[in-house]
Amino acid sequence: MKFIELREVCKTYKSGQVSVPVLKGVSLTVDRGEFVALMGASGSGKSTLMNILGCLDRPSSGSYWLDGQDVSGLSPDQRARLRNRMVGFIFQSFNLLPRTSALENVAMPLSYAVPQPSEKEARRRAAEMLCRVGLGHRLDHEPSRLSGGEQQRVAIARALVGRPSVLLADEPTGNLDSRISDGILRTFRKLNEEDGITVILVTHDAQVASYAMRTVRIHDGIILDGGLANEPLTLGGEVNG
Amino acid sequence: MKGYKLLRTALKGLRRNPMRATLTTLGIVIGVAAVIAMMEIGAGSSAAIRKSISSMGANVLLVLPGTAASGGVSFGAGSVITLTPEDSEAILRECPAVRSAAPVVRARTQVIYGSKNWVPFSMYGTTPAFLEVRDWTTLAEGEPFTERDVLNANKVCLLGQTLVRELFQGQSPIGKEVRVKNVSFRVVGVLSPKGANMMGMDQDDILLAPWTTMKYRVTGSTLSNANQSLSSGSSGSSNGLSNLYPAGQPSLYPERSEVQDADNPMPVRFANIDQIMVSATSASEIRRAIQEITTLLRARHRIRDDEPNDFTVRDMTEMTNTLSSTTRLMTNLLLFVAMISLLVGGVGIMNIMLVSVTERTREIGLRMAVGARPKDILRQFLVESVLLCLGGGAMGILVGHGGSRLVWILLRWPVEASPAAVLAAVLVSASVGTAFGFYPAWKASRLDPIDALRYE
Repeated sequence: MKFIELREVCKTYKSGQVSVPVLKGVSLTVDRGEFVALMGASGSGKSTLMNILGCLDRPSSGSYWLDGQDVSGLSPDQRARLRNRMVGFIFQSFNLLPRTSALENVAMPLSYAVPQPSEKEARRRAAEMLCRVGLGHRLDHEPSRLSGGEQQRVAIARALVGRPSVLLADEPTGNLDSRISDGILRTFRKLNEEDGITVILVTHDAQVASYAMRTVRIHDGIILDGGLANEPLTLGGEVNG
Repeated sequence: MKGYKLLRTALKGLRRNPMRATLTTLGIVIGVAAVIAMMEIGAGSSAAIRKSISSMGANVLLVLPGTAASGGVSFGAGSVITLTPEDSEAILRECPAVRSAAPVVRARTQVIYGSKNWVPFSMYGTTPAFLEVRDWTTLAEGEPFTERDVLNANKVCLLGQTLVRELFQGQSPIGKEVRVKNVSFRVVGVLSPKGANMMGMDQDDILLAPWTTMKYRVTGSTLSNANQSLSSGSSGSSNGLSNLYPAGQPSLYPERSEVQDADNPMPVRFANIDQIMVSATSASEIRRAIQEITTLLRARHRIRDDEPNDFTVRDMTEMTNTLSSTTRLMTNLLLFVAMISLLVGGVGIMNIMLVSVTERTREIGLRMAVGARPKDILRQFLVESVLLCLGGGAMGILVGHGGSRLVWILLRWPVEASPAAVLAAVLVSASVGTAFGFYPAWKASRLDPIDALRYE
């Protein structure tokens, strides 16, 4: 069994009488330590897929195993615990707490951890993470005094502080210019290579996707190619669409 | 999340918008301040009202002598003389629920000064304790008579305002002599005005003198009808009946000769009194006081268990009831107003917490994404609103207490610090925080993290 394994996952949203299928039978496997880009146009269902991968949402049908555990049937509380332990989120719009120092922003997820580290320990780990992303000199700065790139680095540190095994980045460079983006994406690659963290990068930009080891193309709720781990890209067929 | 960490998170959340937190709290501050100030002023006024009602005699008990009955005809309360001044002293000494007790000898006769005369409504022979019992210790002029005056049967008296007006017409009566049944009394003091009592009787139409003086120099006996043993007593003076009918009546019993008296002395009670006035320590102690007095007097009068009392204890039930219903009314009124102001404060809190939840939707989404369970979110927002309310409550207690102090300093309204009100304010503000913070917190906890993260 793979580290991440989705089998025939469907997701249908109901708005009133109308059912809108967003994912129409997605199968995807990811090995531990992979760096995968999830690529597709907007409306292709890549965000929905990412929400399911991050245990924020449950598939309507199909099954999802994360690290050997069937996640599709967990209760909201169990999924919250799982997210805290396994998953680090990075968002396009950083989502930092305003008027709160970088250090406290990073330490925040630890207050929901089980077992909960002490205040001192949490601050130490947060500071360590900020140093790793190159913000050791900005511990006490509030988000409003940080540049976009720095804010995203704080968000990366926050995603990493719980020592997750998988990092989910949703358009992490969407709000940044190309020079800063390069730095952020390099950071991902470094984390992936040095720490063996599985990184899943959601993007619509082929340029961004090129940093990943493997690109999974999704279109209209169906995976076009690259859905299976250790599968040579050439076997995935031509890019069509 | 552990307790203190929860507190820290909530504090941080509030600190991020200090202005709004302060303004939100204002509702509770005003509410609690109003409650505290009202409670303190209310308690003060209530105590003042209680005091003035009890000065009307709500705490006063009357111990009256028993009823004589002859051949099935009873003569009404006070027709037998059974009370002595020693009873009064014993009551004061041995009944803990009694604050003071005074023996009373009554008379009704003319008072003369110069060319004026007047028959006061009440003429009491008593002890200085009477003034305590009636809450009348502040005199308009002069000094009260003393225990020594009582012991020596000194001819001194205190006059009520009406009597002074009738006899002296604006002059000061202090040191003047008034005549009562050809006995000269020196006026040592004038009572402060008290007005009519609940029955409309003028309480200022009064003369007070030591009971010994009144008894031995004025009435010669009690006002009531004869006591058999006293009629042969050594005081030798005539009783009330023989005063009414100077022609005299044939004695029911043969006169005892001196030899008989010497051989077989009748138990002579020199000093009988008409009633004992007792004041209980407080209006609520009246029931206990009655019980203690009854037990004590039965023991002193050697009454067997199967025999009825030879005395009656009377209380002012009507006044006591008025008193307690007044106090209850005041308390309920204050409570009602307090509830309304706190309700308004609570609605304010709920309002702002709802705004806060909406404004922080993304934060809630993020917290959920990094592993906060719905109940963690619920708890965080609940703690925030309870903190707001408790902070507001603390501020309100200070402001309210300060306010009531100010009222005392500026207006001299009586205030009374009330620890119960402080406790209630803390409890109520905490529960207001919980009650009105619950809906916004619940709403926050029910957010879908995906929608919340995308919320603009």
